[in-house]
Amino acid sequence: MPPREGVYGLLAEFNTPSELVHATEHAHRAGYRRMECYTPYPVEEAAEALRFHKTRIPLMCLMGGIMGLTTGFLLEMWINVWGYPLNIRGTPLFSWAAFVIPEYELTILFAGLSTAFGMIAQNGLPQLYHPLFNAPNFANGALNDKFFLCLEANDPRFSVTETRTFLEQFSPVSVVEVDH
Amino acid sequence: MATQGPIHDQNEVLDPMLDPRTGEYLVIAPGHTFKSVTQKIAGIVLTPNTPWAWFGGLFLAATVATGVVIGITWLVLKGVGIWGVTIPGAWGFAIINFVWWIGIGHAGTLISAILLLFKQTWRNSINRFAEAMTIFAVCCAGIYPLLHVGRPWLAYWLMPYPNTMNVWPQFRSPLAWDVFAVSTYATISVVFWYIGMIPDFGTLRDRAKLPLAKYIYGILSLGWRGSTRHWIRYESASLLLAGLSTPLVLSVHTTISFDFAVAAMAGWHTTIFPPYFVAGAVYSGFAMVLTLAIPIRKFYHLEDLVTERHLDNMAKVMLATGSIVAYGYGMEVFMSWYSASHWEFFMMWNRMFGPMGWGYWMLILTNIAIPLSTLWFRKLRVNVLYLFILSFIVNIGMWFERFVIVVTTLYRDYLPSSWGTYRATKWDYMLFIGTWGMFTCLFLLFARLAPMIPMSEIKMMLPGTKIHPGGSNAEEVTQEAL
Repeated sequence: MPPREGVYGLLAEFNTPSELVHATEHAHRAGYRRMECYTPYPVEEAAEALRFHKTRIPLMCLMGGIMGLTTGFLLEMWINVWGYPLNIRGTPLFSWAAFVIPEYELTILFAGLSTAFGMIAQNGLPQLYHPLFNAPNFANGALNDKFFLCLEANDPRFSVTETRTFLEQFSPVSVVEVDH
Repeated sequence: MATQGPIHDQNEVLDPMLDPRTGEYLVIAPGHTFKSVTQKIAGIVLTPNTPWAWFGGLFLAATVATGVVIGITWLVLKGVGIWGVTIPGAWGFAIINFVWWIGIGHAGTLISAILLLFKQTWRNSINRFAEAMTIFAVCCAGIYPLLHVGRPWLAYWLMPYPNTMNVWPQFRSPLAWDVFAVSTYATISVVFWYIGMIPDFGTLRDRAKLPLAKYIYGILSLGWRGSTRHWIRYESASLLLAGLSTPLVLSVHTTISFDFAVAAMAGWHTTIFPPYFVAGAVYSGFAMVLTLAIPIRKFYHLEDLVTERHLDNMAKVMLATGSIVAYGYGMEVFMSWYSASHWEFFMMWNRMFGPMGWGYWMLILTNIAIPLSTLWFRKLRVNVLYLFILSFIVNIGMWFERFVIVVTTLYRDYLPSSWGTYRATKWDYMLFIGTWGMFTCLFLLFARLAPMIPMSEIKMMLPGTKIHPGGSNAEEVTQEAL
């Protein structure tokens, strides 16, 4: 794929999370949809301002858990009842109570791995290059002490001049044009 | 919420670390900002001047860790006969040390998972290195059962896989349960630990000056950029992983206690084993967290992030779990009498007054008498030196607990004609002491190369995180926080 060119978006820098949430809320009201906040720690109010509520991570976790439970049950059933039946101190071959622990562990293992890898995949990671890393203030601040709002160029309402004026009314530290 | 200003102006509190309203120690010292937290924690990793003491410590630990290398090499060449394990004491150090190390790991999961679910935010400062402790302790623990199988190069036979011998594991045995419990525990702990570090690796990538460091931390961070949508999914995943780790950590030591409790041996065959094993594991684990946290906060000057409040709270957890353990010991004695079983009664008598009775009294002294008589006093709970010494005492006590359980039951069982004794050999000691070196080595490398304290989680606890409707500017925020 050839590298995309042109403007990725406008990046506004704020010093406090309150200013960021305020600006994001107003950007949403003004009709911007393709935007994202960047913060050094999770700011739930920013997610609310972006109207981002639902994640599919819990569903992935549940699916993983069910898969693990089924795997454990079928594995033990097949091995101890059909594949390699052994008479151990006269206990029944289908000793479901004794099978619970490996099933339980496999449930947790599969659920945990699906949660973790599901989260990484849903986030589109690993993504070692991102246009925002080109912004000099982003690399020094986004995971340190600064709060960023990026209005992206693929939003229908985006225009370099008007969006810049829009962002400047929230008195950001700076508004930077980010290239792809 | 902590205040940023000079608190002793309003209130005659001399110690700035005390919250004037509650009289408790603060979780984070006043005056910290997002920037100062980043600088402090990332600085430890990114400094070009590694402290000489760190090299000294690593050298010392590596020297001790050669015990593991030599011990394993000789064992592979000669066989498990070089250990003191024999009939009737067939479990010996291999199982004692396995249970001891894995128990130590449990506090890490408790801190990272259970305290997260209970919204105990004070745990944020200590959870990362407690999790690291978990993983390294599980590494040390894992060595023992693998070697104890006799032919460690065939240890993969423990796993169910289709093979030409047509042989499969037997799932009615607690030893097969252990394989699943411990391997799941190790995997989930590593995943949880790594997921927790992704954002902090991003911070290190942004701040690293060295191109190689930037490159490595960049890959480790997976390109994390702090996007809000990412953070929300991340928080959701962390919470779910915590929810999964909580039953996991309880199940691991429960399964380990089943190794004993399912066997029809006097002193093992009791239903109290699972809860008291779990409590004992957490007890020894918190002791180990203190053993690590106290020198680290001193050495890296982290006293304002790992405060007396943390030490006090950890000591309280130790007091609680120690009391559960004491109840377990008491109940064991009661049951051996109440069961009216000759064998149970003899086991307890032999445990207390037999040839190895000194082990039992050591256990009562170090695990019950000393900690549970002193931890009630707040002065001692915030006394750093006392806690440091106590953490060693408790871990010695917890080692003796496993020694007493494993050895006293086995060496004098039902038939006096099969009685014997147990004596560890120099190879047992070499491997055991070697694992301490290995553990310390791994921990020192972790402290140097990875962020020991989660920066993003500490930032969430700072006063600057407060959201003011209307988006007031920086000056106003500072004003209101004051």
